[in-house]
Amino acid sequence: MTRLLPRALMAPAVTTLFLWMIVPLAMTIWFSLVHYNLMQPGEKTFVGLENFHYFITDPDFWPAVLQTLELLGAVIVITVVLGVGLALLVNEPFPGQGIVRVLLISPFFVMPTVNALLWKHMMMNPIYGVLAHVWHFFGATPVDWMTDLPLASVILMLSWQWLPFACLIFITSLQSLDREQMEAARMDGANALHQFWYLTLPHLGRSIAVVVMIEMIFLMSVFAEIFTTTGGGPGNESTNLAFLIFKQALMNFDVGVASAGALFAVVLANIAAVFLIRMVGKNLD
Amino acid sequence: MSTTYPNGFPYVRTFFAWAIALLLFFPLLWLGLTAFKTEMQAIAVPPQLFFTPTLSSFVEVQQRSDYLLYAKNSLITSLVSTILGLMIAAPAAYSMAFFRTKRTRDILMWMLSTKMMPAVGALVPVYVMAQTTGLLDSLPALIIVFTLSNLPIMVWMLYSAFKEVPNDILEAVRLDGATVWDEFRHVILPLTMGGIASTGLLCLVLAWNEAFWSLNLTSANAGTLAALIASYSSPEGLFWAKLSAASLLAIAPIIVFGWFSQKQLVQGLTFGAVK
Repeated sequence: MTRLLPRALMAPAVTTLFLWMIVPLAMTIWFSLVHYNLMQPGEKTFVGLENFHYFITDPDFWPAVLQTLELLGAVIVITVVLGVGLALLVNEPFPGQGIVRVLLISPFFVMPTVNALLWKHMMMNPIYGVLAHVWHFFGATPVDWMTDLPLASVILMLSWQWLPFACLIFITSLQSLDREQMEAARMDGANALHQFWYLTLPHLGRSIAVVVMIEMIFLMSVFAEIFTTTGGGPGNESTNLAFLIFKQALMNFDVGVASAGALFAVVLANIAAVFLIRMVGKNLD
Repeated sequence: MSTTYPNGFPYVRTFFAWAIALLLFFPLLWLGLTAFKTEMQAIAVPPQLFFTPTLSSFVEVQQRSDYLLYAKNSLITSLVSTILGLMIAAPAAYSMAFFRTKRTRDILMWMLSTKMMPAVGALVPVYVMAQTTGLLDSLPALIIVFTLSNLPIMVWMLYSAFKEVPNDILEAVRLDGATVWDEFRHVILPLTMGGIASTGLLCLVLAWNEAFWSLNLTSANAGTLAALIASYSSPEGLFWAKLSAASLLAIAPIIVFGWFSQKQLVQGLTFGAVK
C-alpha cells in the first residue's frame, strides 16, 4: 500500500470541489472590484472598494443580515424542539405507527417552490386560504400573512419542511437508545422528566448537533421560498442576504455590488463554519 | 395479527401522534384535493371537502406546458448526478475513513463549508461559464452543478458509514493480500450497503427538489419540475386547481418514492451521530 493511494482516491472529490469553489470565487473577487453593470455594457473600470462600501451602506443591508440570522435561529429552534418531541412521541409502538411516520416525513420530500406556492396561496391567502377559514371559525380576523408577517410566514414554511428531517434523524438516534438503562432508571424511581433530561437528551446530543449543522448549511442561503412568495418584501421585511445579493445582481443588474455582497456572504459562511467546527466537529471523528 | 404494547394500550400517544401527523400532512392532502377540483370549487367559501372530482386541471397543465419533458429532465438530472456523485464521493470517503490523517477532519469541514456559501454568490460566474461553454439551458450543466453541490453531503454520509466498519476485518483482508478494489467490493460494500443506499436516496431527493440552479440556468429545454412550478407563480397565482395539479404532478413521484424507501433512508441518516 503506497502513500499515494489515499491521495489519489481523494483527488477527484477534492479537485472538483476546489475548482467549484475557487473559480467562481476568483471571478467574484474580480467583479467586486470593478464597475460592472449589465445595463451599461462597455469597459469594466476598476473602482477599488466602492462596491463594498455601496453594499454595506445599503439601507437593506443590516436588516438582511439580521433577518438571515433570525430565520436561521427560528427554524433551527422550532425544528429541533418539536422534532425531539415528535420523535419521542412516535418512537414507542402504537396503532398505525407506520402510517403516522410516513405522513410525518412527507413534507421533507416537497420541493421548495411547491412548498412556497402551496402555503402562499392555498394556506395563507387572507380570503380563500385554509388558515383564513380557521381564523373565521374561531371568530378572529384572518391574518394577511404575506403583508403583515412576511418573515414569520417564511419561517413557518421552512419549519414545516425541515421538521420531518429533524424528526427522522432523532428517530434514527432513538432506536439505539439503551432500553435496559431506561428500565433500570425507572426501577430506581426516576420520573419521565429525569429520564428525558439525564438519559434521552444526552443520547440525542450528537444528532441535535448534526441537525443544527445540516439545517445551517441549507438555511444560510434560503432563496426559492422567498423568491416565490414575498419577493423579499414588503419593503425589505423578508429579505435575507442571499435574496439581497440576488436583487442587486438580477434586479438592479449591478454585478459589481452583488459580487461584493457575495464575498461578504462568503465571510459570514466561513465564520459560521468555524463556529460549527468548534461545536460539532468533534462529533465527526 | 395483534401487537402487544409494553405499557398498556397507549390511548394518549395514539391520539396525539395521529393528530399531529394529520395536521402536518394536511397541506399536502389539501393540495391533492384541490388538484381534482374546478377553479370555482378551489376557491369556494366555505371550502369544499366533498365534490365531484375532475381531471380537467391535469389536462390543461399538460396542454400548457409539456409536463413529460420536465419530468424527464428531473429524472435524468437527479439520477445521473446521484450516480456520478457516489462515484466521486465513495473513493474520497473510503480514503478518509481508512487512511485517516490529522487533516481528515479539516478536509471534511472545508468540503461542508463550500456548501454554506449562498449559491447566489456564484450565480454570475457560473452563468457566465455556462454561457461561454454553450451549456446554458442544458442537462449536462445541471448535472454538473447538482453533483458538485451534493458532493460534500455525500462524502460526509459515506465517511460516517465507512468508518463503522471494524478495522480488524480490514486488517485480516489486507493480510490475505486483497487489493483495494477487492477489499472495497467484497468487504466494505456489503457491510455499508445501508449507508450507501441512504446517501443515494437523500441526494436523489435533494437533486429532484433543487430549485435555485434550475430556475436560473434553464429555460425551455432543460427545465426541471421545480422550475416548471415556479412558472405558475405570479401570473396564474389564483388558478389554484391548475397550480395544485401541476404541483401534485411534480411532487408525487418523489413522495411516493420517499414513502417506499423510508426505512432504507432512515437507516443511514446518522451522519456519524449514532454509535
